[in-house]
Amino acid sequence: MSGMESYISQAVKSIPPSGIRKFFDLVSQSEGVISLGVGEPDFVTPWHIREACLYSLEKGYTMYTSNSGLPELRDEIALYEKRKIGVEYEPNNQILVTVGVSEAIDIALRALLEPGDEVLVPEPCFVSYAPGTELAYGKAVAVETFDQDQYRLRPDSLAAKITPRSKVLILAYPNNPTGGIMYKEDLEALVDIIVKNDLIVISDEIYSELTYDGKHVSIASLPGMKDRTLVMDGFSKAFAMTGWRIGYACGHPDIIGAMTKIHQYTIMCAPIMAQKAAIEALRHGENQMRKMVEDYNYRRKLIVNNIRQIGLECFEPRGAFYCFPSIRNTGLSSEEFCEKLLFEEQVAVVPGNAFGSSGEGYIRCCYAASVSNIEEAVDRMGRLVNRHKNQ
Amino acid sequence: MDLKRRILELIERDARLSAKTLATMLEEDEGKIEELLSKMEKDKTILGYGTVINWENIGCDGITAMIDVKVIPEREVGFNNIAERIYRFPEVRCVYLMSGTYDLSVVVEGTNMKDVARFVSHKLSTLEHVQSTVTHFVLKRYKQDHFIFEEPKEDKRLVVSP
Repeated sequence: MSGMESYISQAVKSIPPSGIRKFFDLVSQSEGVISLGVGEPDFVTPWHIREACLYSLEKGYTMYTSNSGLPELRDEIALYEKRKIGVEYEPNNQILVTVGVSEAIDIALRALLEPGDEVLVPEPCFVSYAPGTELAYGKAVAVETFDQDQYRLRPDSLAAKITPRSKVLILAYPNNPTGGIMYKEDLEALVDIIVKNDLIVISDEIYSELTYDGKHVSIASLPGMKDRTLVMDGFSKAFAMTGWRIGYACGHPDIIGAMTKIHQYTIMCAPIMAQKAAIEALRHGENQMRKMVEDYNYRRKLIVNNIRQIGLECFEPRGAFYCFPSIRNTGLSSEEFCEKLLFEEQVAVVPGNAFGSSGEGYIRCCYAASVSNIEEAVDRMGRLVNRHKNQ
Repeated sequence: MDLKRRILELIERDARLSAKTLATMLEEDEGKIEELLSKMEKDKTILGYGTVINWENIGCDGITAMIDVKVIPEREVGFNNIAERIYRFPEVRCVYLMSGTYDLSVVVEGTNMKDVARFVSHKLSTLEHVQSTVTHFVLKRYKQDHFIFEEPKEDKRLVVSP
């Protein structure tokens, strides 16, 4: 049968195709490309973590776990969050182990939203929040953040987008793609608006360990915010475990309970192998993780410096492993710049508009790449910039 | 962490990082990095800049042996004199003083087994304070100085991802 499109639900049909997907297809057809377009670490998972997983397989741990995840893992997560953000969660009913933070976001939105409820999404941001909202029959409302504010969410920008239907605010800091972070005072400035408008915060803290300016602060640690906040984190970025698909959500028992209901009927449980590996990561992974973060930090300084030297303005990222330079002075759009960079210089970066329309005029460069690849890629980018500057 | 140490950790893994790149990565002045590097070269903190080579790839089949050496230590100088006598031979790559059942561990390289055998029987075991030697030949190298020999260094990640 051909032409089955009429069978597809309106909710799915109305979601635009991913800008990243489009660019991925382009890059995949090219050869000899240096890619700064990835969204994951260039380390493989530390061996002791992989080895712990192998050992668990040898011992026959191949079964379901409880819906919420292995009790030992939830205990470790509780200890870890207490260390990291200073907030205590009860492993029994305030922590849910999920298939990556992506699942946690999906089921949180489905658990919270009535049709038509609005989700405030600071942009530029990771690509899943708006589609996840639409799939839960909510409405995503973009709140722009700006270069000159170091991509921090301003209280006045947030207040301007609030309506009687506003229900959820997503905070994703350190931010992909901008590298922006929210300092404690920036978060404090939002609390009044959040409380007054009775918002629930989904705080996606997947890049929290990759904070280069001080220590990561979670909005859940501010007075009165713990019950209103769902803290989400995982192992992908800090422990280089992207392919394991393992993450978690912490929050009020009522919300975690509702999310668990969806999780138990759709996912059942996160894979036990990944859970076993995650336990090892939390118990013994700290040292290697710190080394990886130190390494990203060196490369962060290198890429920002080199990008500025080829004549592009670039905000110094404070977290994650991306920088987000402006390409406005080339007169090209984000997509034109990325296509030219790919076809003329064989370097892949991601157009900023893939992360929301406010990303137009910018590109995302990932510095989870070798020093020599970063240097070579930025040199090549410089050649393209030279050809187009002042044209 | 102190700057010298950070420089050393970086160049230990990649000796080809230029002073300019190091300066950018460490947010320091290039001149200062150069000065520290040459200072550390002079005071022998940095002894040299080497490479890790898989000689088999270009068809060079040398041989390496690790030799356990038992030694009678000498009054006042202990093992130092005899170690010095050993490490001066150009075919000796490394010499370590060990705890345990023997005293010196000597790594020797030669072009073939005969070469190494000749070195052990003619030069090493005939030294005055050497009591005994046990020679182990290296059959295969898997990993050396953090580098894995037979692992393809490919990037398995998707070229573009969110």
